Amino acid sequence: MSTLRVIVTAPTSARVGEVVEIRALAQHPMETGYRRSSEGEILQRDLLRRVECRFEGELVFAADLHAAIAANPYLAFHLKLPRSGTLTITWAGDRGVAHSESVRITAT
Amino acid sequence: MRAAALGLLVLCAALSSAQAQRLSGFDFMSPATQALQKDDAQNPGFLWLKDGQQRFDSSCQRCHTAASLRGVAARYPAMDSLLGKPVTLSARINLCQTRHVKGKPLAPESEALLGLETYVAHQSRGQPVQPPVDPRLAPFVQQGRKLYDHRIGQLDFSCAQCHDQQAGRRLAGSTIPQAHPTGYPLYRLEWQGVGSLQRRLRHCMSGVRAQPYAFASDELTALELYLMQRAAGMPIETPAVRP
Amino acid sequence: MNERRLLLIGAAASVVWRPALATPESMLTAINTFTGGAAVRDGRVKLDLSPLVENGNTVPVTVSVPGFDAAQVRRLALFTERNPQPEVAVFTLGPLTGRAQVATRMRLATSQTVVALAQMADGSVWRQRVDVVVTLAACVEGG
Repeated sequence: MSTLRVIVTAPTSARVGEVVEIRALAQHPMETGYRRSSEGEILQRDLLRRVECRFEGELVFAADLHAAIAANPYLAFHLKLPRSGTLTITWAGDRGVAHSESVRITAT
Repeated sequence: MRAAALGLLVLCAALSSAQAQRLSGFDFMSPATQALQKDDAQNPGFLWLKDGQQRFDSSCQRCHTAASLRGVAARYPAMDSLLGKPVTLSARINLCQTRHVKGKPLAPESEALLGLETYVAHQSRGQPVQPPVDPRLAPFVQQGRKLYDHRIGQLDFSCAQCHDQQAGRRLAGSTIPQAHPTGYPLYRLEWQGVGSLQRRLRHCMSGVRAQPYAFASDELTALELYLMQRAAGMPIETPAVRP
Repeated sequence: MNERRLLLIGAAASVVWRPALATPESMLTAINTFTGGAAVRDGRVKLDLSPLVENGNTVPVTVSVPGFDAAQVRRLALFTERNPQPEVAVFTLGPLTGRAQVATRMRLATSQTVVALAQMADGSVWRQRVDVVVTLAACVEGG
């Protein structure tokens, strides 16, 4: 099982009920399975398939990705902060790639 | 005599207008691609930078702080006294590796070397390119200029023909930029990854059907030295995004 | 094997195989799978995508449903008419979603129509289509 390099951009604090933007960037080639190497061999499909964002276990957002998502996938979505808590984003894809990243957001 | 004076006047005017109208590759991009560079949360180059930062923190931090790196990339390539010739920033990182860290040199275009170079160069983002005032560099700058002006390859093109004379005009659907390497290492959409100036130069050479100079060769170093002199005063953009 | 035959085989092998592109029909089939057969109407959903793209590798795109509470939107989806596959992504919004708006970056294989769909909480499905012209970078290096 291999891991991913990711950058999550989220505020560390916000007011209760405030809508904040969450940005998630992951390093992954999103190999389509249509490209050929310089030797002419097909480069096997290798994609990130599912990204999920939960706040204290509750679903905020989920994405099912296909080959038409650009390499180094970027997703920006919004959370309505209910209270202080931990935001967790998980990525899962081909070849057992999986990663989880958490951010603590304090309600002011 | 008058013709010579007039010729000199025209040359000065051309040079000064070229100076006045220096544009970064950024300025030739579509707004959508510019947006990718402007937003640090979106710019894929930061994934490589994050890797470089981790490597820096675990190794280089023994001697260097991030703050101490401010302005460094702006004055590279610079002279290495031991070698007696100029070295690029990536060569300098590898010299540190071998001389001080006592490790193996990092392979060209490796994740490790690109990450470190991106992290180091990024500390100079926003700062103007400031080539070192070092008389020892003069013959190498001249060599770089000669290489820039020299026609190469089956297509028999020089860098100058496209990037000085035809900059701003279109080649097969894209606009020809002025070739100021202020954003390297950068994320190229074509590569779907981060790459160095040397990778780009080698591809330009393949593009005109010439045999590319080897990574870390004296020729590529001289070219980079000349290009950075030519870009003096322009702000560093690392990590840039380009199409 | 003589040299000439080797040369011919080599030449044949070097012909670039291109994957079949999706068709408007295969996109409609994919959309049907998403909607579960529900009727699709134009409106409500907004697809933010530049009509002229300089590099189809990495195209910023934003899908949103302005004027509607996030709780009223169940899913957002993107489809293309002429990429090798019509599906791009499906976004599921949850109870804590603050805004019915998602941004990402997609690939466009050629000039074509891109479709954004919004499936509302009441089951209705809404659509916007954008036609995009894609030009490629001059020096296609492949390396």
